[in-house]
Amino acid sequence: MSSIPTQRGDRTTGSRPTVLVVGNGMVGHRFVEAAIERGLSSTHRIVVVGEERRQAYDRVHLSALFDGFTPADLALAEPNLYDEAGVEAILGETVDRLDTAAHLAVTSSGREITYDACVIATGSAPFVPPIPGTDAAGSFVYRTIDDLEAIRHWAAGCRTGAVVGGGLLGLEAANALRLLGLETTVVEFAPRLMAVQLDDGGGRALLHHVEGLGVSVRTGAAAAAVRTTPDGRVAGLSFSEGEDLDAELVVFAAGIRPRDQIARDSGLEVGERGGVIIDDRCATSAEDVYAIGEVANHAGKVYGLVAPGYAMADVVAARLAGEEAAFTGSDTPTKLKLLGVDVASVGDPQAVGDEVVVSDPRTGTWKKVVVDAAGNVAGAVLVGDVDAYPLLVQAVRGSIPTPDLLSLLQPASGEAGSGPADLPDEAIICSCHNVSCGTIRKAVDDGCETVADVKGCTKAGTGCGSCVSLIGELVDARLIAAGKTVEKRLCPHFELSRPELYEVVRATGIRTFAELVTKHGTGTGCEICKPVAASIFASLGSGYILDGEQAGLQDSNDHFLANIQRDGTYSVVPRVPGGEITPAQLIAIGEVARDFDLYTKITGGQRIDLLGARVEQLPAIWGRLIDAGLESGQAYGKSVRTVKSCVGSVWCRYGVQDSVKLAIDLENRYRGLRAPHKIKLAVSGCARECAEAQSKDVGVIATEKGWNLYVGGNGGARPAHAVLLAEDLSTEELVRSIDRYLMWYVRTADRLERTAVWQRKLPGGIDFVRRVVMQDELGIGAELEADMEAHVGAYRCEWTETLESPERLARFVSFVNTDLPDPSVTHVRVRGQRIPETTR
Amino acid sequence: MTITEPELRTTATTWEPVCDLKRLTPGRGVAALVDGAPVALFHLGEGETFAIGNVDPFSGASVLSRGIVGDVDGVPTVASPIYKQRFDLRTGRSIDDETVAVSAYDVRVVDGICEVRPGGTLP
Ligand code: SRM
Ligand SMILES: Cc1cc2nc3c(=O)[nH]c(=O)nc-3n(C[C@H](O)[C@H](O)[C@H](O)COP(=O)(O)OP(=O)(O)OC[C@H]3O[C@@H](n4cnc5c(N)ncnc54)[C@H](O)[C@@H]3O)c2cc1C
Ligand code: SF4
Ligand code: FES
Repeated sequence: MSSIPTQRGDRTTGSRPTVLVVGNGMVGHRFVEAAIERGLSSTHRIVVVGEERRQAYDRVHLSALFDGFTPADLALAEPNLYDEAGVEAILGETVDRLDTAAHLAVTSSGREITYDACVIATGSAPFVPPIPGTDAAGSFVYRTIDDLEAIRHWAAGCRTGAVVGGGLLGLEAANALRLLGLETTVVEFAPRLMAVQLDDGGGRALLHHVEGLGVSVRTGAAAAAVRTTPDGRVAGLSFSEGEDLDAELVVFAAGIRPRDQIARDSGLEVGERGGVIIDDRCATSAEDVYAIGEVANHAGKVYGLVAPGYAMADVVAARLAGEEAAFTGSDTPTKLKLLGVDVASVGDPQAVGDEVVVSDPRTGTWKKVVVDAAGNVAGAVLVGDVDAYPLLVQAVRGSIPTPDLLSLLQPASGEAGSGPADLPDEAIICSCHNVSCGTIRKAVDDGCETVADVKGCTKAGTGCGSCVSLIGELVDARLIAAGKTVEKRLCPHFELSRPELYEVVRATGIRTFAELVTKHGTGTGCEICKPVAASIFASLGSGYILDGEQAGLQDSNDHFLANIQRDGTYSVVPRVPGGEITPAQLIAIGEVARDFDLYTKITGGQRIDLLGARVEQLPAIWGRLIDAGLESGQAYGKSVRTVKSCVGSVWCRYGVQDSVKLAIDLENRYRGLRAPHKIKLAVSGCARECAEAQSKDVGVIATEKGWNLYVGGNGGARPAHAVLLAEDLSTEELVRSIDRYLMWYVRTADRLERTAVWQRKLPGGIDFVRRVVMQDELGIGAELEADMEAHVGAYRCEWTETLESPERLARFVSFVNTDLPDPSVTHVRVRGQRIPETTR
Repeated sequence: MTITEPELRTTATTWEPVCDLKRLTPGRGVAALVDGAPVALFHLGEGETFAIGNVDPFSGASVLSRGIVGDVDGVPTVASPIYKQRFDLRTGRSIDDETVAVSAYDVRVVDGICEVRPGGTLP
């Protein structure tokens, strides 16, 4: 073992002063980083002693190891960061004792290290209750990579598992066991889950979700002993009351205790319930000794979260570098996803004050806000729906006045909680140009009345464009608040909004743009109103979209039935209904891609994208794909895209319905439907939700009795969770409900408005949607179904139709006057494929 | 900032025949190579034809012929299919950023054939 010099640096010898860091966990590492950033690594000798053999890793995302991450993915630093900065790391060793008077540390291998400053960052240890049997083989804790690897190894031979502890950590461990395929039971001493954060209502909401995932829960149960087999393996748990539980593996996740043993042994002051006591400088009672992270006790509080620890690490690094800095406590709002359930805690939810609680057992949401005597928000807990989180964080910090809590928390009015009117002025709306909500509001106050105006004077919305719909909502909300009328006109050529135009077209039977703009608009149209009219004509079934005058109306993508790319070439995406594809079709796609030298990539929508086709190549490419039995995937249209599926009951051991078949049937039913924005669907075969149905415009999840229908979800720039519309529908009921929902959306949504925004803006929100779609309150159900039936009957693959007609093919040329390929399209090869040479 | 066409040409005196007017869908454009330069040619119906450089200066892609034609307060425009900036079909100037322009070309129709004069002019 290499010997470390033991002499203490001082001015007389000229050697550098030594900073000793005890513990190389998240916070200890953060300290090293902060020290390097401040140049301390060149003025000081930094020595790190860490018990774990691995260099610091991301403990917060530990569970990702059961989700495909490797230990290397969790590493917090590049492997050579310490070496390059000259930081000495001694791993696999502990510091066991400090002689604070002599400024000397002694390690488990007997090594002596003299320090000028010592930083204790030893974190905490899992608490294992003092009951018999916890040392049996198959009993684990959940804190380190080694713990998780041992759990995975042991679980391979097991069918059942138990977790002791129903708090944050316990639920995380339960999820891990679930992912390992174990039948899992959570045992909690308190009468509810997450007893520290939640009250009974919140606990019940969480229970609903957890049990829905197939995890059993026993609350109010005190484990009395770990039962073991004669050969010393875990067999289950016994309780002070009630039946024994069988389990071949037990994880203890019942809380943590600060690892303050060296501090105790070395005479440092520790708190009553543990933790090395520190002041605002993070200094302990011993000279030149600091403590940071989970081992530290500041103002009587030990933080079990990483953010306050990081703040402490920064304070100590700054002070050692001669800067002023102090740790004055932390309000640590937290938002987590536990077993797929969003949970958030803000401020101090246990504060004394009036409580506003909104709970909906049906959807498993529960929200509580505590308001103090002065009327300020003191704390809040949200389960199941955390939309109100950003506003509540601002409210607790006092940067916004107390919002109207009922409307903030109520799902109906509020998803209004996430509505734009409630966003704080500081919120960044356009990330491309860093434009805040306040700037946009001011622009409206200064006279902007439309999104176009706002784009002009703030640049917001002129980058990627993903914030445009939000800007629209902000403008409308501001105008309404100022008592002005909201500009609903589609564009300078039409006073009407998109839904009004739809009604006009439907009622009058007008099917040409020329007539529409003459009778109901002005001028000759533009790039906004023309595609809207084209989409409405298409939704109302006016045949091939590129015939006659319609050709001039289509967006460039629709005009060439392909998506334009940055270099002016196009992409080709064949439809793969439900993601199911035959080997022969895969081969055909591969052959086309090879023969036309197209860049090939699997999309996020379970299909295959072939990129880099020149206009004049599109017909030949599609000719071959169609011969192989494929058809247009309409990736280019504002229309139905994909119906994602999971493997479902045919193969999957958990599936309860044939999700693939339903997905294919739905995709074949709705393919080609043009809409105000794109529409995505998904079908999962069970509640494990592998198809991510709850993030789709229409999501279907199989149940034992039928299908649950979710609506209004999307990913994109402003992700939205879909909302449960109806449960346990038969396939027939399901299809009828989706028919109505989609057609109603097509009729009444604004241009480029996805279902989530549309349904939120409807008066009465999702309840209204439920009454119209499920109870036919408006009496338009039959009409909507008939419109959909007409669409289904009239569907034809647009590429098949195009290839049938030489006239239609005439437009697919790079130049009208020569067969030369476009010389501006140039490529380079990367990873064996062709990509555009940078065009900008 | 001024972004210009790749090359500035002197205005030629000859006309180059490009295609039969029937190849142009009213309200849509086509691209042509005129003396080696990519040109976007538009027919707005009623005999109105326009030609401007085909390379969209905002993206560098040769695509303006594939944009949607319309009008802004009566000015005939095309919107680039890439990032949607609009150009005045008469002058080539961008409506959305006055400092940017593409060349405009003279066009005429003789005996049903569209002709373009090579070497456009920048406004
Ligand atoms: C190809 C693909 C990326 C990939 O390589 O995986 C893709 C590519 C494009 N996406 Fe996407 N999206 C693709 C999956 C997604 C997904 C994931 C999914 O569907 O599961 C999302 C988020 C989920 C969602 O939509 O809710 C997604 C959210 C967007 C958005 C944001 C929509 C929103 O509501 O905010 C846009 C912008 C838009 O549509 O206005 C967009 C727009 C685009 C466009 C059309 C941008 C454009 O106009 O050029 C890209 C065209 C590429 C092309 O030519 O093929 N793409 N896009 C994926 C095609 C899936 C398919 O098979 O059809
Ligand atoms: C599964 C899991 C999920 C979590 N999720 C979240 C979350 O979502 N959000 C959040 O904020 N926090 C979360 N945490 C907590 C977070 O990981 C901790 O707050 C953070 O790791 C604390 O950092 P630390 O450096 O103080 O302690 P640690 O990261 O535990 O590091 C301490 C290190 O010191 C070593 N050590 C101990 N004694 C000695 C000694 N005498 N000599 C040398 N080395 C020693 C230990 O082996 C350890 O490597 C989670 C924790 C776990 C286990
Ligand atoms: S969602 Fe589908 S693949 Fe996932 S577990 Fe259920 S049936 Fe299996
Ligand atoms: S344009 Fe606003 S976020 Fe990109």
